[in-house]
Amino acid sequence: MVRFYSGSLLLFLMSVGGASIDAHHFPSQELQARHQAIIEELRCPQCLNTNLAGSDAMIARDLRREVHRLLLEGESDEEILSFMYDRYGDFVLYTPRIHSGTIFLWFGPLFFLILAIAIFISIVKSSTGANVEEVDREELAAILNPNAKELD
Amino acid sequence: MIMNKSLIIPLLCFFLLIVLLWRSFSLEDPHFLPSQLIDKPFPKFNLEDLHSTSRMRHVDDLVGAVSLVNVWATWCANCLIEHPVLEEISQNGITIIGINYNDNLLKARAWLDRYGDPYAFHVQDKEGTLAIDLGVYGAPETFIIDASGTIRYRHVGVVTERVWSQKLSPIINLLDGGS
Repeated sequence: MVRFYSGSLLLFLMSVGGASIDAHHFPSQELQARHQAIIEELRCPQCLNTNLAGSDAMIARDLRREVHRLLLEGESDEEILSFMYDRYGDFVLYTPRIHSGTIFLWFGPLFFLILAIAIFISIVKSSTGANVEEVDREELAAILNPNAKELD
Repeated sequence: MIMNKSLIIPLLCFFLLIVLLWRSFSLEDPHFLPSQLIDKPFPKFNLEDLHSTSRMRHVDDLVGAVSLVNVWATWCANCLIEHPVLEEISQNGITIIGINYNDNLLKARAWLDRYGDPYAFHVQDKEGTLAIDLGVYGAPETFIIDASGTIRYRHVGVVTERVWSQKLSPIINLLDGGS
């Protein structure tokens, strides 16, 4: 049973690791993990929706090599993402930066949620208010004096 | 009256949605990335010349006149399509500088021997490092550089007669007139 589990785990890891097959050398496991995290976070500029980790495009291969080089030079993750942003813009980051061009993307859904709640509340308020008044004047009168119409 | 007011809000939202979707679905080319480098100085480089490999080329070689910088390669089929147009542009007295991108030196030289060489000079960008500094993600791409070495325009894709006469040429005239 244990063998079965470790075997399927191995298969799983193979399929994950198979996406990019560059022969980059890393002095530490930690650096390799950071490399993997960064290339998964960056979108390949040539492909419409594939990250650097999963693309075979030439530019993706070159950018993976650049990420490797910058990591070995001791740059932080943030510095590497900025390096890519300065060259390829918003497109390259799967988590776009907040500025005037992306503000709607970030806060648009929140804006619409608040708007929807506000509309919902105002509709509920106005409709219950109207009902109370109608019941008060017309229906109540009818209930209290069922023969009023006939009398008129 | 209250009822009318609250009905206008969803209508406005609906129109806003139409405008947004209209814009995003009518993008000319979803592959197009706006350049980050417009009005920034051309990135520094130190790369070998294609024809005399002992000579190193630097960003200073680009400064002095308005010029076109064209990213090309022998593996790029579209580069062959724009080649006659570049030939024509250079005959009009425009300086064109080539960046030979991720290519093989001998193949590149053979390509130029066969199809002609309208470029002032070429730099060999074997690893694509200068291309990355330029935000290039394919070939061909063409940049307009002003006399101070600042990037003023970027065209992604083939330079056709139409692109030249309607986009690039007016910008070059403007830059030449302004300086």
